[in-house]
Amino acid sequence: MKLKHLSEIALALMRARWKQTMVAAIGVTFSIALFVTLLGFMEGLNNLLDGIVLNRTPHVRLYNDIQPSKLQPIDMSDAFKDYHNFISSVKPGKKRKEIYNAQQIVKKLQSDDRVLGVAPKITDQVFYNLGNIDLNGIINGLDVEQEAKLFAFSDYVIKGNYQDLQTISNSIIIGQGVADIINAKVDDIVTVTAAGGEQFPLKVIGIYESGLSEIDKRQSFASLTTTRKLLGVNSNYISDIQIKLKDLDIAPTLAVEYENLFSLDAEDIQTANAQFETGSSVRSIISYAVGITLLIVSGFGIYNILNMLIYEKMDTIAILKATGFAGSDVKKIFISISLSIGVAGAFGGIIFGVLMSLGIDAIPFSAPSLPTVDTYPIDYGLQYYAIAILFAMLTTYLAGWLPAKKASKVDPVIIIRGK
Amino acid sequence: MENTIALEARSIYKSFNDPVTVDVLKDVSFRVDRGEYASIIGRSGSGKSTLLYILSTMDTDFTGELLIDGIGVRNKTEKELAAIRNEKIGFVFQFHYLLNEFTAIKNVMLPGFKLNKVSEEELEHNAYGYLKDLGTEKLARKMAYQLSGGEKQRVAIARAMINDPLLIMCDEPTGNLDSKNADIVFNIFKDLTETYNKTLLVVTHDLDFANKTGRIIELHDGRVL
Ligand SMILES: Nc1ncnc2c1ncn2[C@@H]1O[C@H](COP(=O)(O)OP(=O)(O)OP(=O)(O)O)[C@@H](O)[C@H]1O
Ligand SMILES: [Mg+2]
Repeated sequence: MKLKHLSEIALALMRARWKQTMVAAIGVTFSIALFVTLLGFMEGLNNLLDGIVLNRTPHVRLYNDIQPSKLQPIDMSDAFKDYHNFISSVKPGKKRKEIYNAQQIVKKLQSDDRVLGVAPKITDQVFYNLGNIDLNGIINGLDVEQEAKLFAFSDYVIKGNYQDLQTISNSIIIGQGVADIINAKVDDIVTVTAAGGEQFPLKVIGIYESGLSEIDKRQSFASLTTTRKLLGVNSNYISDIQIKLKDLDIAPTLAVEYENLFSLDAEDIQTANAQFETGSSVRSIISYAVGITLLIVSGFGIYNILNMLIYEKMDTIAILKATGFAGSDVKKIFISISLSIGVAGAFGGIIFGVLMSLGIDAIPFSAPSLPTVDTYPIDYGLQYYAIAILFAMLTTYLAGWLPAKKASKVDPVIIIRGK
Repeated sequence: MENTIALEARSIYKSFNDPVTVDVLKDVSFRVDRGEYASIIGRSGSGKSTLLYILSTMDTDFTGELLIDGIGVRNKTEKELAAIRNEKIGFVFQFHYLLNEFTAIKNVMLPGFKLNKVSEEELEHNAYGYLKDLGTEKLARKMAYQLSGGEKQRVAIARAMINDPLLIMCDEPTGNLDSKNADIVFNIFKDLTETYNKTLLVVTHDLDFANKTGRIIELHDGRVL
């Protein structure tokens, strides 16, 4: 039996119920279109939201944590070596936030071929003073070039030119929230006080807005040199080394490796932002669930039309069997009806899905926290289309399978005798 | 060496259990040779149709032996039986039973699609030939539902012929035809045995029709007389 002839018979049977067949196919089209649009939109949003944090977060951060030593003197004593020693209220000893040999570590990291880039950084507590107001905040001393290259720093500088940090000495970029509270504008001079007590006048050359007001209310940015002067530390002082990797997924293992290699604390992005991952995956799961439900519902549409078709075409099935078609041939005919509804529906669904996505993609959308975005985000990932097609084929096959099995079991004697 | 026996039934028993057990066929044994034109007669309810469904391999729920072209049908799978029906048996029903979704010629060609022995062009040519032999070549492109009863019957006969089967079985082929059309059908069958050397087994109520056939098998209360 040739496929061509099987499909010829299938087509003739479909033609007898043309309208219902169309309705079933439109059901599939509708669900596939919604599936790809929904997922594309949802993933687009996910990427956007993740991007707010993840783009700016180093994949691995090396620092000196202020923590009590894991090895207390009593543990080193021979006398108490085999005991379980409990010490309450352990306090950290004097420990500096400075990373020793930072230059060598940076060089070594730069030659590691899993590493995309390295940006050294200084963070410390400061007070912003303007008139009588003292606002506590955090200063970030940056390697401006690297920061812009690796962590999209420039995207969030909404006023002024970030490169001025390097060219203009004693300059600072302050968060929008800081600017609002202390009432500072670009070109104003703000006085910044380091935790050490030194007061320092700095020129505001830009305003920074991340979209996370907690950050914008506290953070400010200056060059490494300016920050060192402000804090009164030596000219090699570094408190953090930020690493961006080529592959984000290996961050946890590399963090452990670097921790041991450099005897520093290391934090990977997955640990630092666990809650963002969860949010994204919950959103994805919900949209997959909705999409797949739609596909299953359209599967029921196909199931119905096929059942109807089989009841209507009992005589035809009986004749086919009487003239030598096996049950398996009949099954193939009905499954191919189901699959062609599925294929036609999926094809239409893909086209409509792309059109709907393009439509959403064109709707203007602006948020202060997202300076690079001006329309709703859509992820045109091929994987959603592949999953949609796969699922459509699967549900239509299953929807066709039961009725087709029933058709293959039709006893021609009963039908012919019943005439 | 060619088998000269087209069909052989060896003590076939058949009973229905719903709602009460009825033995419809009891110890039915006979054989039909190649080229024979045989008719099966009997009172209404004597089991003629039941026997024919068994002989055509569509009904496998019976005891006894059935050999078609020397091959036993016991222990054959549904698929193998379908293949036997497709290749060796042509069936003509009382109610013509064409597929309304197709043209007359497609109806004739369908069993050939399944057999898949000749190319589509050749199949169409053969189908056209049979339609012509039956005087219905003008109807080839008409949809099945547009044909009259007698025309449908003739197209159905052409369909039974298409795979050049060993046996053609008919259940009351003239049941709803007028005497003129019944004569036409009778002569077509006669022609089939004479010019194509087909074996024919025709269930009929029509005694005139039966008397003209080469052999009469009479069923009475499920037994062959
Ligand atoms: N599925 C069934 N269940 C129960 N009894 C049945 C069934 N099919 C047929 N019978 C009985 O079997 C007997 C033979 O039926 P069959 O159709 O073979 O008769 P027939 O000789 O073809 O009659 P007719 O000349 O009227 O067509 C009848 O008494 C009928 O009631
Ligand atoms: Mg009958």
